[in-house]
Amino acid sequence: MAYNLKENLKKKNRLTNGHRMCAGCGAPVVVNAVLRALKEEDHAVISSATGCLEVSTFIYPYTAWEDSFVHTAFENSAATLSGVEAAYKAMKKTGKLPADKNTKFIAFGGDGGTYDIGLQSLSGAMERGHDMVYVCYDNGAYMNTGIQRSSATPKYADTTTSPAGKVIPGKQQSRKDLALIMANHHLPYVAQTAITQNFKDIHEKAEKAIYTEGACFLNVLTPCPTGWVYDTSELLQISKLAVDTCYWPLYEIDHGKLTITYKPANKLPVEEFLKKQKRFKHLFKPGNEWMIEDIQREVDERWEELLKLEEMSK
Amino acid sequence: MSIKERLSGNEAIATAMKQINPDVVAAFPITPSTEIPQYFSTFVSNGSVTTEFVAVESEHSAMSASIGAQAAGGRAMTATSANGLSLMWEMVYIASSLRLPMVMTVANRAVSGPLNIHNDHSDSMGCRDSGWIQLYSETNQEAYDNMLMAHRIGEHKDVQLPVMICMDGFITSHAIENIMLEEDSFVKEFVGEYHPENYLLNAENPIAVGPLDLQAYLFEHKRQQAEAMANAKQVILDVSKEFEAATGRKYELFEKYMLDDAEVAIVVINSTAGTAKAVVNELREKGIKAGLLKIRVYRPFPAEEIAKALANVKAVAILDKTDGLNAAGGPVFTDVTSALYANNISVKAINYIYGIGGRDVRTDDIEKVYNELIKIKDTGVVENVYNYLGVRD
Repeated sequence: MAYNLKENLKKKNRLTNGHRMCAGCGAPVVVNAVLRALKEEDHAVISSATGCLEVSTFIYPYTAWEDSFVHTAFENSAATLSGVEAAYKAMKKTGKLPADKNTKFIAFGGDGGTYDIGLQSLSGAMERGHDMVYVCYDNGAYMNTGIQRSSATPKYADTTTSPAGKVIPGKQQSRKDLALIMANHHLPYVAQTAITQNFKDIHEKAEKAIYTEGACFLNVLTPCPTGWVYDTSELLQISKLAVDTCYWPLYEIDHGKLTITYKPANKLPVEEFLKKQKRFKHLFKPGNEWMIEDIQREVDERWEELLKLEEMSK
Repeated sequence: MSIKERLSGNEAIATAMKQINPDVVAAFPITPSTEIPQYFSTFVSNGSVTTEFVAVESEHSAMSASIGAQAAGGRAMTATSANGLSLMWEMVYIASSLRLPMVMTVANRAVSGPLNIHNDHSDSMGCRDSGWIQLYSETNQEAYDNMLMAHRIGEHKDVQLPVMICMDGFITSHAIENIMLEEDSFVKEFVGEYHPENYLLNAENPIAVGPLDLQAYLFEHKRQQAEAMANAKQVILDVSKEFEAATGRKYELFEKYMLDDAEVAIVVINSTAGTAKAVVNELREKGIKAGLLKIRVYRPFPAEEIAKALANVKAVAILDKTDGLNAAGGPVFTDVTSALYANNISVKAINYIYGIGGRDVRTDDIEKVYNELIKIKDTGVVENVYNYLGVRD
């Protein structure tokens, strides 16, 4: 059936209302977009790294999760879920679980819990090939502890551990490219996506990731109003600008074949994305144009690289 | 019928694990416990168990995956030593606070640094207050038997806590001894099936595990954990009685060796108890009333029982195979002396730190301890409370 947003939104949210995420936060939108790709009859066990998502959705004695949910620590969302999945296999094999009921396994982590402290746990679980999906909701800093820089933070961004000061103008290093790192694990399915275009891209990729056997990985750009500082009503617009500037390209690697799933007809200058966010405010002061130029150069290089990779995998 | 065999401690543990046939074993190699996952993965490869073996990339993930598997509704087991246990640290506390009755073997080894692969108790003693039940084993037989009882204890509805089975690295894990194994059918029946009330894989009743637990509830949850640990004492005694009835091998909270009429006694844990028993025998032949108390159950700590068992001795030495590094004594010493004080029992008590980093402990070392105790008994004077055995000054 062709994708239809209206039909899709009729599904009950599996992350319910009433959680305590900020207004204008991308994370619950991302989570529900991913979970809408689950077949309604399938049960899921969801794990989450410690972070905004976990501490705002499961405060004892309340939970916002309709499915089974497990959180243990910051760096091990993948390892924890890999144990659940292993138990599922064993218990299915020995008839301890009903044969006619499917359970799917989805791990969530922010960029802190995924790119940084949880990278080893993620790499291990993916390499072992557990039948699970790991979803990184990448908001580009450690937002839960108060906007400290991560290896996903864009260059020159102002964070509380890479503050834009008089001598050092924000983060000095480039972003790690996690989706390609995961692609080099030779997983059956890896994709980078965002909440844009009527949620078609994220829906289709989540569906493939959930229903492709083996370990799959999704990296989802997840705007954060507190860390990026934008008008909360502009969540989807910010996502769209990230994609239209090619700051955050949408692509997938399906069994080794890389396809860019969206190529903007009119690739916008990266400053269109940057200027909406206060974390880049210092870039727009007179004399600081070089930083925007540097970011643009990096965005262009990475986009070109991706185009080449797509060409190579044809 | 029991089966006579000759096995190392690691083989004995792996054999028990095979007989228990857990749902998941997640482990990472570290000397001297490495053989346990090695032997076990052979059982998996040869189809003699139905377990999913998860060859994780670290001990942190071993404990994380074990937590996931146990919360999922399965039985999870793992094994580690020293720095492996250190790397698990964060998750060790989370396993017990989530009330997940998994079972982990610790082949005791010195925690770095500097690096040392040999036996002492700094690893498991370091996590003595992590909310795990800790059972210690003098011999391969005891390690095996503790393993067969572990699930019954941890999974009991009044307990629901993880269980750590400790044995001395190399000395017990690698030395081959005679052992009586039980039939597979007996183990299967004795251990029984695991039917948790709530579990992640129950699609009919999804649950959430591991919340943010703030000021309004965490205190009550910790109190429940503490009560579960207190409840474990009776459960351990009950399970041990049942085990004794079936196998003839008797286990209690601790073993009293020639203790009832003893004037001087040593409190010790794990394999050194065997060395000390030989010394007790020699001293008894000379007419010296020497005795020994070997702690099997260190958590829950049988404070009252130990205090009562030591009430009539004139002097006691508590041996610690890890230093407290606190200028006051080793952990077993401070626990035992606290127990004596809290139970209004006044016995001259001294501490010996021994065997650090695998330093050999021989009968003449233990004899020195008894000689010091005899001196204290005769003079009533304690010169040094905090002592070292077998260290160069």
